[in-house]
Amino acid sequence: MTKTWKTYQPYALALPQTLVFLLFLILPILMIGLVSFWQFNGYAMVREFTLGNYTDIFTSNVYVSTYLNTFKYVLLVWFFCLAIAFPVAYFLAFHIQNQSLQIILFLVCTVPFWTSNIIRMISWIPVLGKEGLINSLLMHLNLVQEPVTWLLYSDFAVVLGMVHLYSFFMIAPIFNSMMRIERNLITAAEDMGASGWQILREVILPLSAPGIAIGSIFVVTLVMGEYVTVRLMGGGQSASVGKLIQTQIGSLQYPLAAANAVILLIVTLILVIGILRVVDIRKEL
Amino acid sequence: MTKLSRRALIRTGLAAGAAVAATRCASPKAEAPSGTPANPATSPEVNTNQTKDVTLRLIGTGVSQINEIRKKAEEDLGFKIETRALSTEENNQIAITQPGQYDLFDGEYFSLPLVVPSGNLQPIDISKIKEFANIVPIFTENKFDGAKVENAQGTYPYKVMYVKDQDSKEFASEATGWATLIPFQYNADTLGYRPDLVGGTKITSWAQLFDPEFKGKTSILDIPSIGIMDAAMVTESAGLVKFGDKGNMTKAEIDQVTDILKEQKKNGQFRAFWKTFDESVNLMSSGEVVLQSMWSPAVTAVRSKGVECIYAPLKEGYRAWGGGVGLSKNLSGIQLDAAYEYLNWMLDGWMGAFLGRQGYYSAVPENAQKFMSPAEWDFWYEGKPAAEDMVDPFGKTLEKKGAVRDGGSFKERMGNVVVWNSTMEEQVYLVKKWNEFIAS
Repeated sequence: MTKTWKTYQPYALALPQTLVFLLFLILPILMIGLVSFWQFNGYAMVREFTLGNYTDIFTSNVYVSTYLNTFKYVLLVWFFCLAIAFPVAYFLAFHIQNQSLQIILFLVCTVPFWTSNIIRMISWIPVLGKEGLINSLLMHLNLVQEPVTWLLYSDFAVVLGMVHLYSFFMIAPIFNSMMRIERNLITAAEDMGASGWQILREVILPLSAPGIAIGSIFVVTLVMGEYVTVRLMGGGQSASVGKLIQTQIGSLQYPLAAANAVILLIVTLILVIGILRVVDIRKEL
Repeated sequence: MTKLSRRALIRTGLAAGAAVAATRCASPKAEAPSGTPANPATSPEVNTNQTKDVTLRLIGTGVSQINEIRKKAEEDLGFKIETRALSTEENNQIAITQPGQYDLFDGEYFSLPLVVPSGNLQPIDISKIKEFANIVPIFTENKFDGAKVENAQGTYPYKVMYVKDQDSKEFASEATGWATLIPFQYNADTLGYRPDLVGGTKITSWAQLFDPEFKGKTSILDIPSIGIMDAAMVTESAGLVKFGDKGNMTKAEIDQVTDILKEQKKNGQFRAFWKTFDESVNLMSSGEVVLQSMWSPAVTAVRSKGVECIYAPLKEGYRAWGGGVGLSKNLSGIQLDAAYEYLNWMLDGWMGAFLGRQGYYSAVPENAQKFMSPAEWDFWYEGKPAAEDMVDPFGKTLEKKGAVRDGGSFKERMGNVVVWNSTMEEQVYLVKKWNEFIAS
């Protein structure tokens, strides 16, 4: 009796979580997959099988260019997030010796998240706009005659907005990885005569790779599905897959939106698997 | 320290148990016989003012946004109204996919070709609408003193005003006794511009949205059914496209328009696209955009910030929209009666006057007039100079004494409507091409 209970115990413990996953993750995804094969007219879905939604996507160059544009955002945002997050995390982990100061400064990094996402984006407008802070400064200094327009409602603005939103998702895991690095390793490297740059490249970078990978997964998946920032910072002129899906949902074209969602999911999974191939994040967990 | 014997403990325990049991039994619920005041019987309730316990759930984009209207309606009618303010897109989605979520649907006429076939609205018996005969004939007969609006294209209200009979999901081409929506607000839309930023140029034609002079300073709205109509007005008046029927374009016409839009976008003609009211106000008041498609209250909102903005009457005419309230198929009995009371109240004048002070037109203007001051009526409906400052229902001064409404009187503005917001037969194709334009 006790023996059988022992064998079943782990399963029993895993059951609630499994049920939640099945009910709220797997089932909805299966539904989306199912709907993506349905037909639709102007106002309703028709429960008849069609591959039309997918052939539409694969034969239209709009989708290709939209995906390319989304990849462009992913690449740029990922690069800048990493470029900002790595030094910040490095500074926090290795240069701040006082632990409470470390915690305070880490919390300071989360300050932007204390306001709503939308507010954070809208507040860029008075900074970057034609009559905004930067432009009035440039005009006053007589550096430009006409206001600079590419600051707002442009790819620049979209990338800026997303880096602002997502760099913290990179800082946190890298910081976490760096804190776990055995300090003796660095001392040992110093004793062996390694320069600061060598220590960074040969000790710290490889050991914080899992953190970078986890941060990259966050940033890549978030940017792949992004539509609010793209719309507000791009002034509605920039395209991303998420925004495309949103417009289709707004026009009641659920099956087409579902087909796009399925493809987006597959592409994102491929990217995540690619990242996991390069770095073994299990070390971190 | 007291010494507790085993016996004493049992005795106290028993006593406590008995006390608990006694209080339980003594509770009035179990004691009082059914029907006495302590335990009232659940007999059928008789209620003379039946609708007072009704709650109607209203979803929509128009009245539902304004709490003052809801409060006044509750006060006058005696039942409860719950409102949910939604965007045009969400509103249609819920109307079509979640019929259990609402009792009253406040939506636009152009959404009806999508909503009515879903069967989620029940036709309105016009014999129960007291003021039906007095509704502006644009809606009920497609007549307006022989003005241009009678030949307007698009999903004009009369086209979708009636269904064939009580259970029909098909629109009737002639007036029947069964209506889809009862109108309560409508307006004529056009381009808005910043007179201080257009460099002295007078805006007189839709075509000027593509004027190279305003390169990088214009905007168009990014809602396919409305944006395409503005684009149609622009391309047609610029002589770039000739339409058979702007309100029901062929695939080739949609291709032509979207190709031109894509080209303009590539050339950097647009500063941004907007989807919501607030966005359009921000674009204009921040000076990011100097000329754009706009909704009338958005122009008012820009002006109330102290920024000059003109709602240009254009020589080609206006693009109009109309909003009304329809009944959910779920309504029956007392609830349905209450819903009809609401529809009748809507045409009574108070609401028309309230919305009139923001620049919207009422379905029965004569009733609205009763609740407006002569100065207000003259300004908003007659196109006369304001005899006093015009104050909106929220206490904000919209226009100073002496101002004249852009575009003039009700007759001039509504009479010059040439196109209505539209849902076309090629709707699916339109959305696809519109997406291409936005994504390009």
